[in-house]
This record gives sequence, structure tokens and C-alpha cells, in this order.
Amino acid sequence: MAECHPVGFQWVMEAKARGAKVIHVDPRFTRTSALADIHVPLRAGTDIAFLGGIVNYVLANDKYFRDYVVAYTNAGTILAEDFQDTEDLAGVFSGLDPDERTYDFHTWQYEGMEVQAASGHRDQEYQDKVGGKNGKGVRQSGRGESHGSGGVGISGVPQVDPTLEHPRCIFQVLKRHYARYTPEMVSDITGVPVDTFLQVCELLSENSGRERTSSFVYSVGWTQHTVGVQYIRTAAILQQLLGNIGRPGGGIMALRGHASIQGSTDIPTLFNLLPGYIPMPHAHSHEDLDSFIQGESPKKSYWAEMRAYTVSLLKAWWGPAATPDNDFCFDYLPRLTGSHSTYETVMAQLAGDCKGYFLMGENPAIGSANAKMQRLGMANLEWLVVRDFSLIESATWWKDSPEIESGELTTEDIGTEVFFLPAAAHTEKDGSFTNTQRMLQWHHQAVEPDGDARSDLWFTFHLGRIIREKLESSTDEMDRPILDLTWDYPTKSSPARPEIAEPEAEAVLAEINGWDAEGGPLSSYEQLNEDGSTVCGCWIYCGVYSNGINQAARRKPGIQQNWVAKEWGWAWPANRRILYNRASADPDGKPWSERKALVWWDEDKARWTGHDTPDFSATKSPHYVPPTNATGAEALAGIDPFVMQADGKSWLFVPAGLTDGPLPTHYEPQESPVPNLLYRQQRNPVRQITTMVHRNDRFQPSGDEPGAAVFPYVCSTYRIAEHHTAGGMSRFLPYLAELAPEFFCEVSPELAAERGLEHTGWATVITARGAIEARVLVTERMTPMTVHGRRLHHVGLPYHWGNNGLATGDPANELTHLSLDPNVHIQEVKALACDIQPGRRPRGRARDELVEQYQRRAGITEQTGTEV
Amino acid sequence: MAPVDIQIGRGPNLDGALLGDTDPATQGGYPDHPPRMGFFTDTSVCIGCKACEVACKTWNAIPEDGLVFTGMSMDNSQGLGASTWRHVAFIEQRKPVAAQDPGVVHDQNVLELAGNPTAPGTNGDFRWLMASDVCKHCTHAACLDVCPTGSLFRTEFGTVVVQEDICNGCGYCIPACPYGVIDQRKEDGRAWKCTLCYDRLSVGQEPACAKACPTDSIQFGPLDELRERADARLARLHEAGVADARLYGRDPQDGVGGDGAFFLLLDEPEVYGLPPDPVVTTRDLPSMWKHVTVAAATLVGGALAAFVAGRRL
Repeated sequence: MAECHPVGFQWVMEAKARGAKVIHVDPRFTRTSALADIHVPLRAGTDIAFLGGIVNYVLANDKYFRDYVVAYTNAGTILAEDFQDTEDLAGVFSGLDPDERTYDFHTWQYEGMEVQAASGHRDQEYQDKVGGKNGKGVRQSGRGESHGSGGVGISGVPQVDPTLEHPRCIFQVLKRHYARYTPEMVSDITGVPVDTFLQVCELLSENSGRERTSSFVYSVGWTQHTVGVQYIRTAAILQQLLGNIGRPGGGIMALRGHASIQGSTDIPTLFNLLPGYIPMPHAHSHEDLDSFIQGESPKKSYWAEMRAYTVSLLKAWWGPAATPDNDFCFDYLPRLTGSHSTYETVMAQLAGDCKGYFLMGENPAIGSANAKMQRLGMANLEWLVVRDFSLIESATWWKDSPEIESGELTTEDIGTEVFFLPAAAHTEKDGSFTNTQRMLQWHHQAVEPDGDARSDLWFTFHLGRIIREKLESSTDEMDRPILDLTWDYPTKSSPARPEIAEPEAEAVLAEINGWDAEGGPLSSYEQLNEDGSTVCGCWIYCGVYSNGINQAARRKPGIQQNWVAKEWGWAWPANRRILYNRASADPDGKPWSERKALVWWDEDKARWTGHDTPDFSATKSPHYVPPTNATGAEALAGIDPFVMQADGKSWLFVPAGLTDGPLPTHYEPQESPVPNLLYRQQRNPVRQITTMVHRNDRFQPSGDEPGAAVFPYVCSTYRIAEHHTAGGMSRFLPYLAELAPEFFCEVSPELAAERGLEHTGWATVITARGAIEARVLVTERMTPMTVHGRRLHHVGLPYHWGNNGLATGDPANELTHLSLDPNVHIQEVKALACDIQPGRRPRGRARDELVEQYQRRAGITEQTGTEV
Repeated sequence: MAPVDIQIGRGPNLDGALLGDTDPATQGGYPDHPPRMGFFTDTSVCIGCKACEVACKTWNAIPEDGLVFTGMSMDNSQGLGASTWRHVAFIEQRKPVAAQDPGVVHDQNVLELAGNPTAPGTNGDFRWLMASDVCKHCTHAACLDVCPTGSLFRTEFGTVVVQEDICNGCGYCIPACPYGVIDQRKEDGRAWKCTLCYDRLSVGQEPACAKACPTDSIQFGPLDELRERADARLARLHEAGVADARLYGRDPQDGVGGDGAFFLLLDEPEVYGLPPDPVVTTRDLPSMWKHVTVAAATLVGGALAAFVAGRRL
């Protein structure tokens, strides 16, 4: 966190100054470790084993917060009889179809009922609800980013054993599932000494409960794995058991790779979501708005109002053209025919199906996994638009990529027309950032952009305007969705740059917030209607412009308000600073402790009150019991804090919504020098690889397989404080470039001695995909560890560099592969296996030959590493 | 603008002000001046982000000075120089931090432990020290003493600033600095160093580095307040068992009369590349002049004696 989020780390330092203990779990000793109380180096790719071990410790030693767990989680819910765990099936769950590499989630259900996912893969149940046959392509296309809010559908009433004794209740299933994650097993897998592991267990459990809370902070070190979503799920289980959700000082914080990545999932840049986590419709036959709502939304919880959210969104986009008679233009929305994630898009480029590509602030030729595949994909396009501050590698690969050097590509033969359009920085435009706590903060333009640089808002608005002008006389039905768009944002110009007609960013914010039939700004998503009388561009952001005031621009100093600081910026939903904060009070509505009081039930006034905005119906008594036929929010009881879930409970066990199992299970990464010590199953059986098999994306043997020893080291890519992601914002700036001017790798003195690597000399790092060279930084911050009885080394690879700019070097992503997490299609670049040798890499064609030689030595074929 | 008129033609004040606790602004000719301002750099909370280096270069328009991979941990800017006015040192050590037990004591009360102030980086026997270095703005500044043009001057805030439009590049100040801070740019020969953002101070703003520091490792303020704060922080760290913690440049009785920019260190100054016992290089000037006088008198006396003796011959 101190490396990649130094500004945010000030709050960790502040907590530390007040006595908080900071535990840093990371294979490397980083700037964060330097300031932590305990640094726990673990083998990259083994966090589920580590966290699962803590779950086992908490359950085995009765360290869980029982009152919280019984009241607010699904611990007591009884599962259907046909569920079989990894314990029963040697590391896989019931429902696995090994040929299709998918799970049928039907055996993961609650006894006697069907549950729908809160978020994640909601479409799993579409066919069950609407009827008909679901194609595999559609099924695999996924619901993507599971963070943010979501809804869950449930039909029937779950059977619950509040004593948590029933053998099929989730609590007992959980206990059995994690029983084999003993401290010794954890140590053997992760390389963390048993003593250190137990110290973490003790600190965490002692610092949780009625009086105290602990929080988790993670970044892409958890997400970028073939089981990335399950990493975070394991932390979620732990936080539920310890009572650390919905309470001050608790929670799980996802630190984002860029400013406003949270914002770009709320109002998504993702293929599978509409604004506010409304799922993108699939290409089901004859799906209209009614069947979409029926198929995707639950009967209970706030998601039961999905029709109002969707209709208001359609009204925001298509205005007067959206009427009840034409389903509010629901048919104007594109439909998913499969997964269209970044990596599938690359495959589509290679296949010639994807012909044009916009890169806005993204440098895949450096920053995406298997950089070569990215470049080959771009070389097969008709046109490419790059908008960035500098001439990044993704804009110049056609003249200076390794493929040009090796002769694999020649500039004359590349048909791609490349447009480079310089972009304005955040200081040069108005706009908002949404941070990981869902807080929007407005930033005002400070200076005019230089030269031809323009904001993304300017670019998108005027591109749309010009396209609409060109289509104006069209009578083709296909063009209606574009011509009917509400595309009328006011523009402004500064006296210094009269030629720039910059759209008013606040006008966009006002549309996102929405207005009523009279045009007055809305203040809450509870005002949204399904009859088309309200307009709202993103239902969860409704209220950010209440009373016509930009609430995100508020900057009232902390000393002038209470510690929750509700008048600094604005947080969705409804300016709540801590989600599910009903859980900060006990079932009777009293705070669990005075020290950790946040919101509570005021019996005299008969309403919820407290420091934060209650995330609960303000007047719903803790003793409220819903009538049997209630729907929507009415159907949630007074003790159901998790208001977006159809059962109002948080989920230790996930009966629906995940493609790779209802409970997190340790699997080794796609490539690992170590066999899975827990189960016969080596890797996540449903990791996403089949669509990715390509001669430039070969996998390596793992564990005890022959040839695995050719790649004996674990390598991990990461960022350092000096640079930003793929370098577009840092390598071209002299003051940042000089701080870390060259690509380097980090190795321990022991590994340096083993391979003859010289400090500040050169090393070549090789995988089945590529060979790169790096300067060598020998440092004791890299800890050799003992795993499964053998000495194991990491090779650390910061991934910021490329050929362009002032600070240069080979991109680490030449080494990485396209085996993905099946839920969110993210690449596994945090844990792979490699070899390292002293000296510089060969040039041109000889470089490819070195890789081919390694492939032959390891016996790599098309099938290697693709086993279920 | 710098009060050049006060300084020009004013040679080094050698009237007993080279030692001890004095008020440099008063000594510099400001009878009515704001409180002495300075930096307290608490290295125990430095996270090595280098925001200070970048903010300093950006604000002061300092040129990039070398794209060199040094292999010195994460330090590639190497040290203070003409074009590096803030520098973060990175020290990797096989050394535990003080007395805090990094091992596991299963019966300890961790809650009680958590209530105590925490020591930085208790990580077994390894630690990574980070420290942002800067010009010390000495109470007795030798660079200023030796400057023949008045380019270097004492500001009303008690800081020491070099004026780029007056410096003639003579270079006397370079060897005069006991810390090796001030440095010449090869391109133009002039001397450059931290101005403690004199331009920002003059309009009531804090220096760029302190403004950018996310963890308040760099604290800016009236020196008296900073010294109090530093004393309290040191006491807390000692209480927490960090016996190695110490203040550097805090003592007005040291060889430079105390620094306007002082530090909390977690090890010996040498570990950070700082001189253990810096002394203002012009300290001995008065006594040297006395010796010169005596020597001259002796010489004259000797010559006279020889002359007299010669006459007798």
C-alpha cells in the first residue's frame, strides 16, 4: 500500500500512531513492510491456504463472534442433500462438468429453495426462471465485476438451525471444509513459519469482536490469479466470522490500480454491466424488458426494484424516444453473445472479428498479460485509436516492437491505421473520482490542456456529435439507437482557448443523478419509478446532485463535523459511509459496544439514528417480521442488515453467483513449481483457458510433472512507488524517470549465488512465452522460503517499463500468460514460474529461439497445463 | 524578493556568533523578524515514496540530473546535489528494531500491546530505513560566511538561501559546508541548494516537500515548536523500546549551533550518510586570525630583531 498508494497510506500511519497493529502479508519486503509491525512473507499464489488456515483457527478455537454470525450470516442455513464438498471429491465440488470445464451450481443450493446471485453470475438462473435452453457461450460470458452492490433472488424460505449444529448447516460445512488447513499444512504450502502464522491468527482474532474491529486491505496481489475472486471471498468469510463487516474499523478495502477504478465499475467500462451493476442483457431469444427483469432480479431486497432502475436509465439515455410502448428502448441495448473481456477481444482481433479498437489511457502492449499477443492482435486491426499523454508503446508497436526486430512483423505489411490523439490530464478538466469507499470527490480544472490535448469527455461527446450528424438523414433502423440518444450536453469555452467546446461535466453528473417528471433533481433512488416518469443515469449515484447542488464537490473540513465526515464529498448509496451498517448494532438495535457504536435504533423516536446514515429502512423496527407474501425491501426482517441480499444475510457459503465453487479452496496457480498439498486437484478446474490456447501462449508443466524443473522459480509482477502501471504517466516524465530509470528484477542473495547473478549486472528471465532482460537488484528484501520441504525463491518483476520514454526496459508482461479467473476474466500475473540466468538476452530471432529451446526442454505441447 | 540590500557588502560576522545558540535572523540584520522556521524530518514514519524529491524539483524547476540505475536499494538519485535538494536514502539492514520482541509470545496481552505506541518496522532481524535529507540551514552557516558576493544570505526566517542571479560560481561555499550539501552545477558553475522554498514562505505557504509528504515525515514550522514536537516523539519511541532513536541537528550547542532542518534517526548518523559531529568550518576563523596576528607580530618582531641584530653586525 505504501508502494502503490502512498497518499492513502497516511491513514494507516495515523491508525498506527493510535495503536493499530499493521500486519503485512507479501512475498516481498516492500515499503509497506518497512512500516508494518509484522511482515509475513508468503509464497506468491498461496493466500487461500493462508487465509483458510486462519478460518480454521477461528472455528477450531471458538474465536468467532457467535452472536453476529448467528444473526447476520447464513451460517445456520441448511444446504440441500446433494451438495458435495472438495472433501468428498478430492478437491472439486459437486456439479463439475470436466468436458465443458464448468460447474452446474444447482447442487450448491439451500435446502428446498433456489437462490439467485447478489451479483456476479446472475444469468446462471435465467433459464430456470424464464425457461428455454441456454447456450454455453452465453453461460460463460459472465456477470463480471462482483464488487459494488448486487441483488439476490430467493424463492421459498430457508431452513435455519440457529444452534449451528445441523450437519448440513453452512457453519458445519465450513468447519469440515477448512479442517485440513492446519497451521502445519499452511506453513508447508505458504512457506510461512508456524509461529508467525499463529501470531497473525492471534492478533487478528483478539482484535475482533464486540469491542474491536480489524480491516483487510488488498490490491491486485489478490485479484490477479486464476482463483482471484475466491481470494477475496476467503477474506470475506473471515471478516464475517469475526464480525468485521458493517462496523467502523472493519471491512475489506480493495485498493484500485488507478484513480476512480471504482467509478469505472459503478458506471462501467466493463462489457457485462450497465450503470449501477444492472446486468447487461444476454442474447436470449425474444428477451424483452419484462423477461429481462424477471430473469435477473429477485423478489426480495432493494434489487426487487430493478425495473425502476432500468427504466430510469433507459430514459436517461433515450429520453422522449423511450416510451412504455417500445419497452423504453430496451431493444436498443446491445446483447452479449459470450464473454467479451479484454483477452477475448484480443483473440477476436487475431481471428479478424474485431476490427477497431479504442485505447483510452491504457497501454496493453506493456501492461496486459502476454504483451506479444496484445501487439499481434492490434496488428490485425483495421484501425486503432490511442488516447494518452505520451506516445506509449501501444501507439508505436508497428515500428519498434520486438516483433518488428525479429522480423515476425514488418511495418509495410501491417494494415492497421493508427490514430494518436493526445489526452488531457485530470488537472486539465473537471470531473469526479470515486474511491474504494464509494466516495465521489469532484475535481476542478486547474489549467487549460496544452496543444491538441483534450479531455475524454470532449472526445467522446464530439465523436458522438459528429457521428450523429453524419447519420442524420439515415432511415436505417440500425441507426436509431444513436440518433435517439439524448446527446445535448451544454459546452463551455475559456477565453484562453475559445476553440475548445468542452462539455459541462456537471451536466453529465446532473443526468447521472437524475430528475423527476417536472425536471427537478432527485435526491434518492427510492424515488425512481418504473413508469418512465423519472430519469436517472445510475441509480446508485442518485442523490449526488440533490437539490441541484454538486454534493461530490463538498469539502467541509473534518474538524468541523463528526468523525464520519458526511459532508466531505458524497458516497453512494445515499451518502452512507459504511455499507450494511445495520450490522454495527445487535439484533435488538443496540450498538454491539459503545466503543464501536455507529447506528442504532432509537426506541422513543421509533427510527434508526447514529453517526452515519443508516443503511436500513429508517423506521423499520429491529423486531419487524415481514408478512409471508412481502416483496422487495418489505420482505427483509428487522434483523436483516444485508439489504441487497434476498435473505438479508451475508454469505459464508455462496449458493449462486460464482462459477468456480461456493467455498474458496486452495489451488496452485496455473504454473507452479509446487504440487497442491491439500488435494489431488492441482489447479482451479474451471479456470478460463480453453478459448485462449494459442501458439504464442503456451503453458508450463507444474509441480511433479516432468519438465516442471525447467522453470524452478516463482515470479510475480508488481508496481513500485516510482512509476505508475504501464508507465504512460511516469516513464515520460523526467522527475519520475530518474527515480527508477531502468527495468530491474529483485532477487535474494541466495538466488543470486545459485544462478551467478551479479548485483547491477544483467539477467535474462525466461518463461514459455518470452525472454526478457533486466538489471539485477540483489536484496535481502527478497526472502527465500521453505515450501514443501524444499528451498524456494521468488524473482520480483516490476512491470512498468517498455521501449519508449525516458526510463526504459523490457516489459515483464512478455512472460505472462492468458489463464484467467473464470468469474471476472482477470489474468494470473501475480504468480507464475520462470527461470533466470545471468547476462543479457539474445536479440531478434535468437530471442524467440531461446524461448523455443526452453519449451522443448520442458516438453511443452499444446496440451501442457490445460488439464482440468 | 530577497532582501539583497541588507546583505551586500556585509562580510561574515565574526563577533563571537560562530558558536552556540544564537538567533540567526537577528544576527543577519533583521531586528524585527518572524519566528525561525525549519524542518523536522521524522524518518521513523518515512515511507520512501520520494514525493518530496519530486515536489521539490517541480516547484523549483530543477533539471533532471541523471538516469542512473545505482543498485543502492531503491535510491537512484544518490545524494543531495546541485540538482537534488531533497534526497531519500534507503538503508537495508540486518538489524532488529530495538527492544520490541518480534517473536511469538502466546500468553501476551495483544490488546494491551496494541494500545502502546508502535515501533517502526519490527520485522525480525531485518529493517529498511528511509530518510529524506535536505540542507540543514545551520545556525552558523559556513557557506554563508565564505560567500564573497553576498549571493548566499540569511533570510528573515533564519534560513540560508543562495541567489542564482548573484552567485558568480567561485565555489568557496562547496568545501565550506560541513554536510556536503551545497553543490555546483557543471553546466553553469553556479552553486545551488534548498532554499526552504523562500518564495513559498514569503507568501505564507509551507515548502513543497513538506506539503507533498503523505505521512508527515517532513514537518515544517517554527523551529521552537518543531523541537518540542521532536522531543515528545523521541520520548514516545524510547518508551516503546526503540532505544536507537535519536535526534540529529536538534542541539543548539552542537558544532553548527543546531540545524534549522533537523532529523529523528533510528541509527547512527553515518548509516544515513550524515557526518556524526559536524562543525561549522569557519568556527576557528577568529582564533585563526588571532594566531595570524600573533604569527605576523612574531614575524615582524623577528624581522625587526634580525634587522637590529644585522645593524649591530
